[in-house]
Amino acid sequence: MSIFVDKNTRLLVQGITGKEGQFHARQCVAYGTNVVAGTTPGKGGEKIDDIPVFNTVAEAVDKTRANCSMIFVPPQYATDAIVEAADNGIEIIVTITEGIPILDMMKVKNYMGNVRSRLVGPNCPGIISPGLCKVGIMPGFIHKPGGPIGVISRSGTLTYEVVNQLTLQGIGQTTCIGIGGDPIIGTNFIDCLDAFERDPDTKGVLMVGEIGGSAEEEAARFISENMKKKVVGFIAGLTAPPGRRMGHAGAIVSGGKGTAQEKIAVMKENGVYICEDLCTLGEFCAEIFKQ
Amino acid sequence: MRIHEYQAKELFRKYNIDIPYGGIAFDPDEARSIARRIGRFPVVIKAQIHAGGRGKGGGIKLAESTDEVYSLTHGLIGTKIITRQTGPGGKLVRKVLIEEKLAIDKEIYLSIIADRKTSKILIMASEAGGIDIEDAAVEMPEKIIRVYIDPNIGLQPFHCRKIAFDLKLTSSVWKQFVLILQNLYRLFTDYDCSLVEINPLVVTAKQSITALDAKIEIDDNALFRHRGIIEYRDIEEEDPLEVEASRFNLHYIKMDGNVGNMVNGAGLAMATMDIIKLAGAKPANFLDVGGGTTIEMVEKGFRLILSDKDVKLVFINIFGGILRCDVLAKGIVRAVDKTDLNIPVVIRMDGTNIEEGRRILYGSGFKPIYAADLKDAAQKISELAGARKGLKK
Repeated sequence: MSIFVDKNTRLLVQGITGKEGQFHARQCVAYGTNVVAGTTPGKGGEKIDDIPVFNTVAEAVDKTRANCSMIFVPPQYATDAIVEAADNGIEIIVTITEGIPILDMMKVKNYMGNVRSRLVGPNCPGIISPGLCKVGIMPGFIHKPGGPIGVISRSGTLTYEVVNQLTLQGIGQTTCIGIGGDPIIGTNFIDCLDAFERDPDTKGVLMVGEIGGSAEEEAARFISENMKKKVVGFIAGLTAPPGRRMGHAGAIVSGGKGTAQEKIAVMKENGVYICEDLCTLGEFCAEIFKQ
Repeated sequence: MRIHEYQAKELFRKYNIDIPYGGIAFDPDEARSIARRIGRFPVVIKAQIHAGGRGKGGGIKLAESTDEVYSLTHGLIGTKIITRQTGPGGKLVRKVLIEEKLAIDKEIYLSIIADRKTSKILIMASEAGGIDIEDAAVEMPEKIIRVYIDPNIGLQPFHCRKIAFDLKLTSSVWKQFVLILQNLYRLFTDYDCSLVEINPLVVTAKQSITALDAKIEIDDNALFRHRGIIEYRDIEEEDPLEVEASRFNLHYIKMDGNVGNMVNGAGLAMATMDIIKLAGAKPANFLDVGGGTTIEMVEKGFRLILSDKDVKLVFINIFGGILRCDVLAKGIVRAVDKTDLNIPVVIRMDGTNIEEGRRILYGSGFKPIYAADLKDAAQKISELAGARKGLKK
C-alpha cells in the first residue's frame, strides 16, 4: 500500500511539450508510471512518444480518464493550470512549478477548499510510491520499494539525501512526498501524517522540515494527539540567519518566529524522535524503527 | 524586495494616503534647501536604510534650524547606523528624508501581511502606535486587532469599520480611516506586497490622518508583473557578492564563517551549513545552485565562493537529482582552470550520473579531497578546520 499515488494512478502532464515537462514525463514512464495524457494549449493532436497531447484538461480527462496531474507550466500560468485541473475533477494535482506569487497561491488555496481535489506543492519534487508509481522529478533509483516507512519533506534534494540513507540502511519506503518549499502549499504535513497513520503498510514516518512558518509545530501537536506510529523528525536551518530567505520562499525566520531550535523543542515535547545530525539520520531511523 | 521609506511614501501618495510634507536629500545642501521649503521648525531627518529600529539606532533626528539640518545631515550621510535589524556591521547611510514635524493627537499601528498560516490577507492594527509589533504580539496580544481577509473576496467596508471602531477613532476621523485602509489594501494587492506597515499612522491635531512612516516589501516571485517597481531596488543596500550571484540566478547569502560551501537545493544547502557547524567550524555562506542548473552556473557559483576572502576551506555537497553529477564536475573543473586555487576543497557527490561525474573530476588536474558520504565529509571538515587555526570556534 501507499498514499496518494499507486498502480491506479492515471497521470496527465500539464505543460508536457516544454523542455522540463517532456523530460520528466519520459522519466515517469520509464519508472513505470501510467502516463495517459499531456496538455499544451494549441498542441492538441500531437504526441510525445506514445502519449497523446490535448488542448484542454477537459478533453484529456474525457478521452483518457486521467485522475492525477503533474504541472510544469511557468509561474504566471500556474493558477490557471491548477484551477483547470481542479475544475475537471483531477483528484491529485502535483505542482512542480517554482516561483508562483504568494497572492496567487493564496487565492488558489482558498479556492481549493471548495473542490474535492488535493493539491500537492507548489515548488515541490512530487510524490513517489517506490516500485509502483512516480509523479515527480525525483531520481527513482534511490528509492527502495516495499515500505515500511513514509517520508514527508518540504525540500527536494534534502529528501533524496534522506531517502538514500534509508535505502542504504535497507529501509524501504511506502510513499515519499515532497510538500514544497513555498509559504503557501496545498497538502501539508498533517494531511500526509494522517494518511500515513491510516495506511496499513506504513509502520513509521520520517518528516523533514526546515525553518519558517509553524507547520512543523502544528504537525507535532497532531502527532501527539492522533498518531500511534513512530515519527522521526529532522529540521534544516539551525545556522540560518534571521530575516533571510534561504533559497525556498518559505524558509525564513521572521520576527524571531520559525527557528529550527523552536521547532525541534516543540517536536521533542510532542514525542517526535529528533535527529539533529543529518550525517547519521539513516542509522538513527534504523535504530528507532527497528523497535 | 525591500524598498526605502521615501519610495514607499511615493506609492502612498499615488494611493491618496497622506504623508508629511518633505523630500529626499543625498547631501547636506539638498537637506537644507528642503528644510527651507518646509519653512517651519523643527523638521525631522530620517536616515534611509533597509532596516528597522532606526530611532533607537540614532538614525532619526530633530533639527531646529536650517544650519542644524545641514550639520545633522552631514553627520548622518556616510556613517554607519547599527540597529537591531542591521547586524553588528551596521548600514551605511547614503540619503536622508527631510520632513515637517506634525502635532499629533493619536498614534496607531497598522499593517497588512500575507499570512502563511491561514492563507488569508491579515490586517493588524493597534492603538499603541510606534510599538514593536513583534514584542507587542508576545507581551500584549489583546491590544492587537486582527482581521483576516479572504483574498478571493477582498476587503469589505465592514472590515474597515470594525478596525476603525476598535481603534476608538472619533466621528471626525473614522470615515477618513476607512478610505485610507481601502487604499492601502488596494496598494497591497496591486503591487503584490508581502508586507505594508505604517508605524505610526497618526491623527494630527488638525484631525487628519497621516502616515509618518512607511514600510513595504514586495513578493520577489511577482516582480515579473511589476516591471516599474524594479527601479526601486537599491543595489547599494545589498551585499556585492549577493548582487553578483543574483545576476546568475544563484541563491547566495553571505555569512560570517570561513567554510565556503556549494550545494544543490535549498534544504540540503541549509542542512550542509548545519553540518559544518556540527563539525566545529562556521559556514561562510549559503549557496544553492538549484536543481536545473548549468555548467556555467556551477562554474560561476564556485568562483563566487573562491572570490570571498574569508573562505579558507570549501565543501561541495551535491546530491544529483535533476542536476547531473557530470554537469557539476564540468563546472567545477572549468572554475578551477580559471582561478588560482590555494585552499583545500572537500567534495561529496552522489546521485544521478555519479560515475561520469567522478570520471571527469579524476581525469582533470584538480585534486580535491573526496568524501565517501556525509559522515566522512563532516569528519574531514572537522580535521581540516582544526588544522587551520582560527577556523574552529
